[in-house]
Amino acid sequence: MTATISLHKFNKIFKNWQSLKKHPASMLVRILVWLSAIVTIGIMLMLAGYVLIKGVAHLKPSLFAWTYTSDNCSMTPALINTVLMTFLTLLIAVPIGVFSAIYMVEYARRGNPFVKVVRTTTETLSGIPSIVYGLFGYLIFVVALKFHLSMLSGALTLAIMVLPTIMRTTEEALLSVPDAYREGSFGLGAGRLRTVFKVVLPEALPGILSGVILSIGRIVGETAALIYTAGTVPGIPKTVMASGRTLSIHMYSLLSEGLHTEEAYATAVVLLVLVLLINGLSELIARKISGKDRLK
Amino acid sequence: MKKFKELAAKFLFLLCATVSILAVFLICLFLFMKGFPAMKEIGIFKFLGGMKWKPLQNLYGLLPMIIGSLYVTAGAMIVGVPIGLFCAVFMARFCPKPLYRVLKPAVNLLAGIPSIVYGFFGLVVIVPAMRAMFGGSGKNVLTASIMLGIMILPTIISVCEASLNAVPQSYYEGALALGATHERSVFKAVLPAAKSGVLAGVVLGIGRAIGEAMAVSMVAGNMAIIPHSIFDGVRTLTSNIILEMGYATDLHRGALIATGVVLFVFILLINLSLSLLKKGDKA
Repeated sequence: MTATISLHKFNKIFKNWQSLKKHPASMLVRILVWLSAIVTIGIMLMLAGYVLIKGVAHLKPSLFAWTYTSDNCSMTPALINTVLMTFLTLLIAVPIGVFSAIYMVEYARRGNPFVKVVRTTTETLSGIPSIVYGLFGYLIFVVALKFHLSMLSGALTLAIMVLPTIMRTTEEALLSVPDAYREGSFGLGAGRLRTVFKVVLPEALPGILSGVILSIGRIVGETAALIYTAGTVPGIPKTVMASGRTLSIHMYSLLSEGLHTEEAYATAVVLLVLVLLINGLSELIARKISGKDRLK
Repeated sequence: MKKFKELAAKFLFLLCATVSILAVFLICLFLFMKGFPAMKEIGIFKFLGGMKWKPLQNLYGLLPMIIGSLYVTAGAMIVGVPIGLFCAVFMARFCPKPLYRVLKPAVNLLAGIPSIVYGFFGLVVIVPAMRAMFGGSGKNVLTASIMLGIMILPTIISVCEASLNAVPQSYYEGALALGATHERSVFKAVLPAAKSGVLAGVVLGIGRAIGEAMAVSMVAGNMAIIPHSIFDGVRTLTSNIILEMGYATDLHRGALIATGVVLFVFILLINLSLSLLKKGDKA
């Protein structure tokens, strides 16, 4: 069955090519378009393949030792720091992001000038490069507020960085909840607050979650914003006021020392696997959202 | 009591919404407050137009870095825009369904890969290849352009694809009915209709390329001189900050923050053109 279908398809494609012979320009364009797609997939395969194949060979148990020494270059502390940093950042950014999205969608009246200003500033924030965030975080958190190079400084900087992502995805998720839900809840005598938390938010949860996962991806991969805010101390910090390096900074430090290319390979593998996991998760949620939309 | 709770919640939500305004305000304030005095001390024209960046001799001329940033960004556009645009067209109008299920996650993955991993890949793959082909150190404008061109691909592809998908099907069908080939219909009828979205994708790509720090500083060679050919090393605004912030003090540190200000102004200009593009779209 499938064989005949694919044969049929093949026939169609072949006939298409034949008719294209009469239109050389169209032929050229089609070739270019296919080529670009092949190049894009090729780049991805090369990048992932090269890092994984060359890197897996360098994974050894000593790289996962509990403590970091300059001999073993263990990435376990960095891995734990990455989790801590992600958690801290989300702890700050998610409530602020979700609450402001709630204000924008559920409370503000249409055409409110305040909403316009907020939207402009979030757009501005999302365009600012991470190195500028790094500079800013350094100036305000490390120097002015005297948090020094610490997990807290890093997390605050990253929280501002991922705020636009969380706000935008939450807004979209809230907007996609049908008004009938709200009206139903109001009709039953619930106030606005109860409606938002008991009716609208649960419905918008997958969308919000996808924004959070996107943010996790950015936090895990971030270097430029963290070097001069969270610092590069290779151990696990005792408090949030101490410096600690995440996996990406760990890799940067290994590379800039210039002696640890093998360890950097191994770190790149772990980073890549993390990113793959995060991407897979967001794909799963995206599928769930679109599946639910179909049911409606 | 209930009323109080409602009011308090509303106030809390409003407060959270002001955080982003506050953040932008503080970023502007701190960067300009710390950057301008240094610029003044060096002399604005000496800073922006100076050719020599030698902190040890108190020479802070930023022109090589400004030019360097513009060069590699232009290079990234030359590499990334055609591939990205064609790939977006492919995904929107040419792609067989099974292939789409591979291509879309591939693009998403490219978007998710951390810049440090890109930089590492550039360092161990592209740089040696350049060295083998063209001699020299292999760290030059061309390497940085290719690196950045790859990094902006997912941005350009996803924005362009979305705007192509937003074009009504009737445009395409109308062109087909007039006897145009599939390719002609897509490129002459659908693509022009998606123009502003495509432009927005390109501008976003420019923003990403000019703001990228990590990967560029690893493969560009980082010499603080204006490159004479694409095989010369180059230092961008971003790498200037990354490389020297760690040990800079006093005026040197001020000059680096002023570098951030220049970068920030570039980004603001890009944002402005982006919002103008969007406005033009609605009109």
